[in-house]
Amino acid sequence: MTTVVPDLRWHDVCDLARLLPERGAAALVDGRQVAIFRTHDGGLHAVDNIDPISGAAVLSRGIVGDRGGVPTVASPVYKESFSLLDGRCLDADGVSVTVYAVRITDGRVQIGIP
Amino acid sequence: MNRQLVVIGNGMVGHRLVQALRERDTRREWHVTVLGEETRPAYDRVALSSYVDGTTADELTLPELGVQLHLGDPAVAIDRAARRVRTASGRTLSYDALVLATGSVPFVPPVPGRDLPGCFVYRTLDDLDAITAAAEAAVARPGPGRRSAVVVGGGLLGLEAARALRRLGLSPQVVEIAPRLMPVQVDEGGGALLRRLVESSDLAVRCGVSVTAVAPDRGRLTATLSDGVELDADLVVFSAGIRPADALARAAGLALGERGGVLVDNRCRTSDEDVWAIGEVAALEGRTYGLVAPGYAMAEVVADRLLGGQATMTPAELDMSTQLKMLGVDVASFGDAQAATPGALEVVVDDPVAGTYSKLVVSGPARSDSGELVDGARTLLGGVLVGDASRFASLRPLVGSPLPADPAAMIAPGGVELGADALPDSAQICSCNAVTKGAITSAIAGGAHDVPALKACTRAGTSCGSCVPLLKKVLATEGVEVSKALCEHFGQSRAELFEVVAGTGIRTFSELVDRFGRGRGCDICKPAIASILASLGTGHVHDGEQAALQDTNDHFLANLQRNGTYSVVPRLPGGEVSPAQLITIGEVARDFGLYTKITGGQRIDMFGARVEQLPAIWRRLVDAGFESGHAYGKALRTVKSCVGTTWCRYGVQDSVGLAVALELRYRGLRAPHKFKSGVSGCARECAEARSKDFGIIATEQGWNLYVGGNGGFTPRHAELLASDLDTEQLVTIIDRFLMFYIRTADRLQRTASWIESLEGGLEHLRAVVVEDSLGICADLEAAMEKHVGSYADEWRGVLEDEEKLARFVSFVNAPDTPDATIEVVRERGQPVPLPAPGVRQPTELRLRRPCAVIGAGAPITAHDPAGADR
Repeated sequence: MTTVVPDLRWHDVCDLARLLPERGAAALVDGRQVAIFRTHDGGLHAVDNIDPISGAAVLSRGIVGDRGGVPTVASPVYKESFSLLDGRCLDADGVSVTVYAVRITDGRVQIGIP
Repeated sequence: MNRQLVVIGNGMVGHRLVQALRERDTRREWHVTVLGEETRPAYDRVALSSYVDGTTADELTLPELGVQLHLGDPAVAIDRAARRVRTASGRTLSYDALVLATGSVPFVPPVPGRDLPGCFVYRTLDDLDAITAAAEAAVARPGPGRRSAVVVGGGLLGLEAARALRRLGLSPQVVEIAPRLMPVQVDEGGGALLRRLVESSDLAVRCGVSVTAVAPDRGRLTATLSDGVELDADLVVFSAGIRPADALARAAGLALGERGGVLVDNRCRTSDEDVWAIGEVAALEGRTYGLVAPGYAMAEVVADRLLGGQATMTPAELDMSTQLKMLGVDVASFGDAQAATPGALEVVVDDPVAGTYSKLVVSGPARSDSGELVDGARTLLGGVLVGDASRFASLRPLVGSPLPADPAAMIAPGGVELGADALPDSAQICSCNAVTKGAITSAIAGGAHDVPALKACTRAGTSCGSCVPLLKKVLATEGVEVSKALCEHFGQSRAELFEVVAGTGIRTFSELVDRFGRGRGCDICKPAIASILASLGTGHVHDGEQAALQDTNDHFLANLQRNGTYSVVPRLPGGEVSPAQLITIGEVARDFGLYTKITGGQRIDMFGARVEQLPAIWRRLVDAGFESGHAYGKALRTVKSCVGTTWCRYGVQDSVGLAVALELRYRGLRAPHKFKSGVSGCARECAEARSKDFGIIATEQGWNLYVGGNGGFTPRHAELLASDLDTEQLVTIIDRFLMFYIRTADRLQRTASWIESLEGGLEHLRAVVVEDSLGICADLEAAMEKHVGSYADEWRGVLEDEEKLARFVSFVNAPDTPDATIEVVRERGQPVPLPAPGVRQPTELRLRRPCAVIGAGAPITAHDPAGADR
């Protein structure tokens, strides 16, 4: 059995140093708004910047933390938390945000878009 | 369906057995036949007396269970060898298992005349029908004087009978052979009060005497007592106790208890393996139980055993606790109410004036072999409550456990009120249905979040209902958990964390969560800790790690609005603004395309600023001399003022001057919640100071200080803390008040609920901040001086720091590209966000009144955008 991995196109965003630990940053990648987060342990996560509940493009401005060890960002509008691992909203059933691939190459943060 | 179960007896316990078996016997292993002596379907005998109040027999009837039921056809013989039962009508039923649930028969003392017409027992609905008919006939009979009745027996049933007779229009006299009423349940002291209370409700009581004969007397009856007294009566009701209905078992050769009843072991099995006995007929290890709760427990055990289970009766299920309202008097009795346990001590609070009697029975001091005190008279053994039984629900489950407080304090008026958390999991909450606290809490955990849900899934509270208050308490402690833990990352309250941070000198979130918490925080604890750090004066709110703790408002020093833009509020101390400042604000708003609105706090809010616009907007404002208004922070918002002596004909003090000074003093002060102030220059109160967290109203002599007011969701008027203060005294007390609030309030707790939560409330607050009862005022004042001395404008701090400025970009890789999702329309000449779908539509006032309206047809539209400090 083989797993089909879609080809990702990697987009250069910024220096890693521009990402504050436990703070997000919004990026414009291939016409999409992506919220990129750097967690305390150095992990990088990227999800859609648009909060599906309020419709505002603000998830990058939420507070980063964890719920039961799962890294999260809380929407600054109505405070729902989203898992940074799978994009699932932890406070509203059936709501989620897209998760994007993110990597560091030569100190630069890159986002992978299928 | 291959095995035959015959149940002899169709009372409450027999019914419960069949019900339990039907619920669990999902494979229909048992075919059930029930034999009932009465011709009625099973009914709630506990509520029997309500029949005379108008409850119908139908209403008392227990649910049908879909089994073969032979009413009015009692069993008359059991052939154990052939495993057959014969009924009065000649039916023969074979059984694989037989359950005796024949209950009891009333005990009628062997006095001459006890079988005369007009003599009754009090046991069944048929008995009550007969009593009612006789009472009605007596009342209808012509002749002088009230019709009367003699009730033989002053126990629980006798008093119920007396109440029923009174209800039927008779004048009852209760004759009790024991020296007190309800001798089984209450002790001498409780019995004395009970007698006094029932006698005051028009009931004659004679204790310590017995009825020796009943004789007919000119169409009525005369009861002769052991002391020679003769009582005339229209009816005599015998309610002097019950005896197990064990004749059938006796004839069948089953072993009986010494004092009657069919002897069973703790599985409720008789001396015949195929025969079980439950309820009042069963002598469980020799003892019979006349209450329904142990009977129910026995029914559950036998149902379990019939299906192969291993259930046994536990001592807790044999609880003889009683709580009832008897003739308007609350009576409760539980555990070893008579202090029969060797060495037991009785603690009594007897208040004849209030009409309450409370007694707890506790174990005597016990010493171990080495002489060490192992039980300091603390284990609760039982108790009696008369007149006020409200503590029954919380005390009874503690039987067998150590008391959490001094016994006297547990029953004294205004003494210790027990919460549900004081109870162990094994404590029985509902004794009728043998439901423990542990069963309740697991049901709550399983999603039963109110009393009806708990009743449905545990049966607790479904019989006598006396445990319902306790169910609510358990729900309160379990469901709506009053935990002071800030969140999953910190077990401490905000006030405790404040002390930790102040005491340890920890100044970063990481160190605090590593040492005193767990995980990496969340949107609850991070802003709370950011606020604590800011209150302790740790520099700019964006310095170092603090930047990551701030919520979006504090991170961008502006107020997030629903479309992702922000609003901007420069400080206008006291609401005072010069024409030049107004012009600057107007120009900035115009140049950046912002919507402007006057706030409720006497300042101007500019809406619609995008993140990347904020630094340029503030550059203009700071250059013109403005500074942050902290409309975004849990901090001082505004000090509103009227014009006072500056302009007003009635002003008695300089309210504007004071408001400006106070706003400048407390600006930037972070607190558990936002806080506001107002200063009125006279008693007319035009600044609405009493709707503020701290409000000042001028008097001829100085200032009155009010605290704890707010508008919002729960509007509150501030209350007077101190009066006729000079300005220095006033500021000193406000300094102390604010710092005390900042140190001790909960997260997002405004001053009103904080004052309410203080033990002693406003009086305590006054003692602390006016009279310095805790000796902390010097500390509080010093802390405020430190804040005042270290204040710096946050926006200026950002503009002077490239690193901080670098965060104000729309996109990290396209810093000046506007967020394309922000769309604006114009309304009444100003830019506003697109209406959110289904949420916000322009309000149109089209008044359909008969008279002409100027400009009729042109809609007036109104919006209410989210303001920063309304």
